[in-house]
Amino acid sequence: MNIKKHTILLCIAALAVCQPLRAAASEHAGGGQTELNVGDIITEHIFDSYWWHITTYRGHHVSLYLPVIVRSGSGGWHVFSSKHLAHGEAYRGFRIAQKGEKHEGKVVAVGAAGEVYRPWDISITKNALALMINSAIMLALFLSVARWYRRRPKNSTPSKLVCAVEMFVMDVEEEIVHTSIGKDYKRYSPYLLTAFFFILINNVMGIIPIFPGGANTTGNIAITCVLAVCTMLAVNVFGNREYWREVFWPDVPLLLKAPIPLMPFIELFGVFTKPFALMIRLLANIFAGHTVILAFTLLIFITAKLGTGINAGMTVFSVLLSFVMNCLELLVAYIQAYVFTLLSAVFIGLSRPEHHAAHKKG
Amino acid sequence: MALLTPDFGLLFWMLVNFLIVFGVLAKFGFPVITRMVSERRDHISRSLQAAEEATKKLENVRQESLAILEEARAQQTEIIKKAIADGEQLVRSAQQRAADEAQKQLEAARRSIDLQKEKALSEINAQVALLSVDIAEKILRRQLDDRAHQESFALQMAEEAESIRRKRSHKR
Repeated sequence: MNIKKHTILLCIAALAVCQPLRAAASEHAGGGQTELNVGDIITEHIFDSYWWHITTYRGHHVSLYLPVIVRSGSGGWHVFSSKHLAHGEAYRGFRIAQKGEKHEGKVVAVGAAGEVYRPWDISITKNALALMINSAIMLALFLSVARWYRRRPKNSTPSKLVCAVEMFVMDVEEEIVHTSIGKDYKRYSPYLLTAFFFILINNVMGIIPIFPGGANTTGNIAITCVLAVCTMLAVNVFGNREYWREVFWPDVPLLLKAPIPLMPFIELFGVFTKPFALMIRLLANIFAGHTVILAFTLLIFITAKLGTGINAGMTVFSVLLSFVMNCLELLVAYIQAYVFTLLSAVFIGLSRPEHHAAHKKG
Repeated sequence: MALLTPDFGLLFWMLVNFLIVFGVLAKFGFPVITRMVSERRDHISRSLQAAEEATKKLENVRQESLAILEEARAQQTEIIKKAIADGEQLVRSAQQRAADEAQKQLEAARRSIDLQKEKALSEINAQVALLSVDIAEKILRRQLDDRAHQESFALQMAEEAESIRRKRSHKR
């Protein structure tokens, strides 16, 4: 009974996922033709976009057109709805570069001499809007919990939400921040907690297939890049003298560092590779997760022309696989937030080594 | 390569978003939560300690009250024992005194009886003497009716008196 109910729910969920995809498929296939470009569909859903395509209902696109904010070569900012740029149309000298062009999928402008260039572009894109929504969710969540603490008399029993948030916050602070950094951990815990929950909320919102979720924020390099740079700054700006000494004058035989600074070079290289690895790890995990889920879902449409029997079989298979993948992605969403925070904390801990005088000469 | 080229616009918005979230939560969010949790933790550990101490104190009080009770019981037994002993002592001494008194009275009674007896005896003696004198008189009167008897008796008497005198002087 229970399993049956869950199966029905799963199918409904799968339908909800498939609906926009079917629309997208028909859109890409040129109005109902069976030509299906899987790569394009995945690309459209994974990369950033100037509008938020929510669904297609009876041939009508239901999209949220977002503001385009660009600065033309002649100076002066232009703010207009991305609706004017839909279907490759040009507006005020701006258009979206088509497939095969340079700057594909981005707003480009045509200069006076006819050359195509990329203007300064701070449009509120799908990912930017998703970031704002997720940030708002995060702020609302934690500020409401913090307000609860401020308002209530001391030592009153927390509500369920407060308990849940408290559990996660204290787990991160005690198990990750405190154990990795050591005695000075209070100074870094606000940043690491923010990074953890920012990544976690964005990851989880990315898995939810319907608006306002579904944007691939943490699978975008701009987002992971900012996070990694923040960690790099936290590591290197607050690193102590011992840390810099270990970078430029490590405890290795003299020949390895004196005539040619071999070890210092490697150490300095490590300063940049560590955050770079953080950036790529988060990006690749989330990006791959989105891609795999989309690919499994698209299996339904790929097999549509192979006949009803095969299509039905593959649909069940696809729903099952998507279900498993979604569970896995939920796990990955947490693990990646955890790993990013843990490694950031470990790097910060390494940048504050104890002053071991025994190793020093003289 | 679009995957690995960060878009400027998104970088900008990400930076703005992240810095706002970080700024607000670092000031009003996480420190409040962690501080309150650690305060509550301290409070709980303090309360537990206090509870433990209270339990210990309670146990001490219980032990003390038990000891007091035990002592009271012992005292009670002691008092009862002493009371019984005292009572017995009292009874015994009263009996003793009664016995003494009785003895004394008995003695007095015996003495008075003896006295009475002696008196009676002496009275009897006197009576007997008188009676015997009377009897002797009467006997003598009858025996000394004739002259011869009188003379012989008088002689005998004189002899006897003489012998008594002699005896006395001889003794002297």
